[in-house]
Amino acid sequence: MSQPTILSARQLTKSYGRGPEALTVLKEVSFELGAGETLAIVGPSGSGKTTLLGLCAGLDTPTSGEVSLAGEPFSALDEDGRARVRNARVGFIFQNFQLLPSLTALENVMVPLELRSGTASREAARALLDQVGLGSRTDHYPTQLSGGEQQRVALARAFATRPQLLFADEPTGNLDDETAQRVVELIFSLNSAAGTALVLVTHDLELAARCQRTLRLKGGRVLTPV
Amino acid sequence: MSVLKALLNRWTWTMAWRDSQSTRGRLFLFSLSISLGVAALVAIDSLGGSVRQAIGQQAKTLLGADLVVTSRAPFTPQDEEWLGSLGGESARETSFSTMLTTTNGNRLVNARALDGGFPFYGRLETDPTNAAAAFHKGDGVVIEESLLQQFGLKAGDSVRLGTADFQVLGALRKVPGDSVAFGALAPRVYLPARDLDRTGLLKGVSLARYRRYFQLDSKVDAEKWVKEHESELRKRRLETDTVARRQRDLGRAMENLFRFLNLVALVALLLGAIGVASAVQVHLRRKLASIAVLRCLGAPISATFAIYLAQAMALGAAGSLVGIVLGLAASTGLPRLLQGVLPVSIQSQWEWTSAAIGGAVGMGICLVFTLLPLLEIRRVSPLAAIRAAYEPPRRRSFASWMVYGIMALAVAGFSGAQTPHWWEGFAFTGGLAVALGLLAGTATLIVQLARQLARLPLPFVARQGLASLHRPNNRTLLLLVSLGLGTFLIVTLQLTRTVLLEQLFPPGQKNGPNALLFDIQTDQREGLQALFQRLSLPILNEAPVVTMRLQKVKEVPTEALVRKEGDPRERGDRPPDWALRREYRSTWRTNLVEAEHLTAGSMSTAFVGEPSASNRVPVSVEANIAKELRVGLGDTLEFDVQGVPIPCVITSLREVDWRQLRPNFYVVFPMGVLESAPAMFLVATHLPDSQTSARLQRELGKAFPNVSTIDLATVLQTLEAILNKVALAIRFMAGLTAGTGIVVLIGAILSGRGQRVQEAVLLRTLGASRFQIREILFTEYAVLGLFSALTGIVLSVAASWALAHFTFEVNYAWSPGVLLAALVTVPAVTIAVGILTSRGVADEPPLEILRQEGTG
Repeated sequence: MSQPTILSARQLTKSYGRGPEALTVLKEVSFELGAGETLAIVGPSGSGKTTLLGLCAGLDTPTSGEVSLAGEPFSALDEDGRARVRNARVGFIFQNFQLLPSLTALENVMVPLELRSGTASREAARALLDQVGLGSRTDHYPTQLSGGEQQRVALARAFATRPQLLFADEPTGNLDDETAQRVVELIFSLNSAAGTALVLVTHDLELAARCQRTLRLKGGRVLTPV
Repeated sequence: MSVLKALLNRWTWTMAWRDSQSTRGRLFLFSLSISLGVAALVAIDSLGGSVRQAIGQQAKTLLGADLVVTSRAPFTPQDEEWLGSLGGESARETSFSTMLTTTNGNRLVNARALDGGFPFYGRLETDPTNAAAAFHKGDGVVIEESLLQQFGLKAGDSVRLGTADFQVLGALRKVPGDSVAFGALAPRVYLPARDLDRTGLLKGVSLARYRRYFQLDSKVDAEKWVKEHESELRKRRLETDTVARRQRDLGRAMENLFRFLNLVALVALLLGAIGVASAVQVHLRRKLASIAVLRCLGAPISATFAIYLAQAMALGAAGSLVGIVLGLAASTGLPRLLQGVLPVSIQSQWEWTSAAIGGAVGMGICLVFTLLPLLEIRRVSPLAAIRAAYEPPRRRSFASWMVYGIMALAVAGFSGAQTPHWWEGFAFTGGLAVALGLLAGTATLIVQLARQLARLPLPFVARQGLASLHRPNNRTLLLLVSLGLGTFLIVTLQLTRTVLLEQLFPPGQKNGPNALLFDIQTDQREGLQALFQRLSLPILNEAPVVTMRLQKVKEVPTEALVRKEGDPRERGDRPPDWALRREYRSTWRTNLVEAEHLTAGSMSTAFVGEPSASNRVPVSVEANIAKELRVGLGDTLEFDVQGVPIPCVITSLREVDWRQLRPNFYVVFPMGVLESAPAMFLVATHLPDSQTSARLQRELGKAFPNVSTIDLATVLQTLEAILNKVALAIRFMAGLTAGTGIVVLIGAILSGRGQRVQEAVLLRTLGASRFQIREILFTEYAVLGLFSALTGIVLSVAASWALAHFTFEVNYAWSPGVLLAALVTVPAVTIAVGILTSRGVADEPPLEILRQEGTG
């Protein structure tokens, strides 16, 4: 790996419950990701993909093991500290888009910027929406947009803070093939243009193949080490 | 701290505004839950301010004079001389109860023979206005307006008092110092003093009051004069009243009333706050995904918390603002409602400080209550954004216990400020907590019961209706608390009213006494007996009455026992002044009567010899007055019977049922003591109907004009009218609480509408008819309404019993009618509001709703 490491997961284990009844959903998973690299996490349902994503993004804490983002170990941070790191370095795309329903497309894109500095340039947000082809839909609410359009707004929002790392959780899971194709193209083109690293969770092996590396999970264990 | 910082950030408020975009209308509706409570607080405080101001401004008209001196016997020449040294202007009044005879009926009135320029401040308000001037010229009488209306009399008609006829000059509306309520109980008739002899009445009445009204020189301070001459006044048995004292007493009475009303308003406000808190909880549940996304995007906990705190604050502010507007509007109408109950005329005005205080209390209570659901935000994990089924762990945190503590302190603090003692505020809070706890307990029980019942082989709609009560996100707890609390307050009020009325007029005495004749002279007894025989009326009781005063209690002169200025003794250490100074109207007889029974000792039948310290008269004393006087069997009392000291010893104690309209007495003497003293007689009879009552009064008016009658039916009517008027303000408050309950009910139903629509759609898709959907809704609201009513009724019976037992110290009276009415009305209102608010749930085509919900 020639690039400096942006994400490092070491011996990540996640269990629920205690004692003999404890359920381990992820067991000793380790990998590293360099800046600008792309990684696909694939596996059947219940293999621990989303759990791994949650741990890597600092949305959840591991039972054991350690995650570091840009050299900052999450274990040393409290929840607000992890939120600060997310806002500064991470972008998200979700399967069900997760736009704030009461905010317009433009306002949704502005939120991460506002969270960072208290104010946001409408122009910068508008430019991002232009980039994803929604320059004419800035004042529409999520309910007034199609699924593909919503995901594109989510994409613009994810890139608003120029993150170093983008997490995408089944980004095309709720889209038809054609729309999915357009969204995928957009993700990869924006990603390469911004030099952002990408962690992509998907069922779709074809989509996974577009990433530089693939991590296969089954029953919470890594099948193919990367 | 970080939350405060976030609250000062403009972005927080912008986000709060944006986030509320689709729910603003509904949130505003929820905020109205506290509006009625705030309105009540503002209206009461505003009214209180107006009354205080009016009392201050119209101080002198509270009495109509600077000083009033009252005596129960005609002023002696010495008294006259002494009082004359006060200087200034003065007026005299002799007042007594007597029968007024008119062409359309007779009625017991409070006759006032006036001489002089009273009132010196304010004026006698009459209709026509010039009737007061004509009265002062001595042209005739002015009569209580309600009495004129009752008998259909008008100016120019003739009425009779005793043996004299008078021309009616007009209707009396207001006398400085009297409330209209007073006039309703004993209708007033003003007659010129010079005509008093012509009526021939004063010779035959036992209870006359003699008053002198003074308008003093500006140099003389009435209050100071009374203080300086306290012992002299006591020696002369003269009572006084000054403007300052009136102002103090009235102020205190008004403060108590307003404090009580404020507590009722607080209950309405709390109910509303619970409604708002519950709405916020539902709102936040819907916002769970948004909160999680914000957290994913890097918003710190404090920022997300602040966004929704800002919304809650805005909610409180909106509700309070509406409440302030309603409250100010009500405060202009309330004085009109209360006119007649208050002795001052109030100018309705907007008290801005009341508005500010009401708004602040409303916002504060609302904020404290919404903190509880807001705390949940801190637990929302960003993980919820990627895991739809993610449920935050449910455990009460330290912070939530802190909020409970703040809630209790806020309520106790406010109620403590409304009660004379801080512990009463805490007791009120405790009582409220018990009521809420019981309602919440019942709700939990219903949820459990519904779960069990839904498993039984009941009809489909019944099972579905019951299932609605225990399904996830049910509103059973909130609805039961709000409806139950509303029921509790209104029914308690109604029951207490019945308890008080029944206390005075117990039912079930078909042929018991219902009329009392008094002031019968010894020489009129035979004639009266003949009249009763002619009218076939029974004489149920006849008793002689001799008036006397207490001179010594256990050998200590009463004057030494009466509390003096600066007396450090506590009230509990000595008999109360009223018991020491009152006029005792006693009788003599050898046996007990129906309304009493012995609790200790035995009645003495006869006394032989001259009463002296060594040969004391054995008397029977009523148990309660004995308790007040701190005396028991074997203790001594000494009475002054019209100048003659009579040493007595208590040989028996009696318990008397004062509710029976019979000649009942505190002190009963044996035969052989009072027979030679000037006495009047009392007769109790039973009047079968109003015609007989009218006939008796007509005959009495002709043959025995000095004899007065109390007719139970008239008294009951009058008293009910007064109670109704006083209860109006309280009913208004209880109505606000019930109104709040309905607003909360509407809010709760609307907040759960989405889920209900989904269920209805699913059921309709599966083949349920619209009628069945409505039946399901009906079952749910019927069960809710019924249990709310039942819990509210149980609580109100307990509360009204406690009020009767501890506060009013009277026997409890059941009123099944009130309970039955509540049991029918509450479920009916719940069903009506529930079905109306759920309108459309069953009507829209399933596909349409599915589409709406899918995109909503």
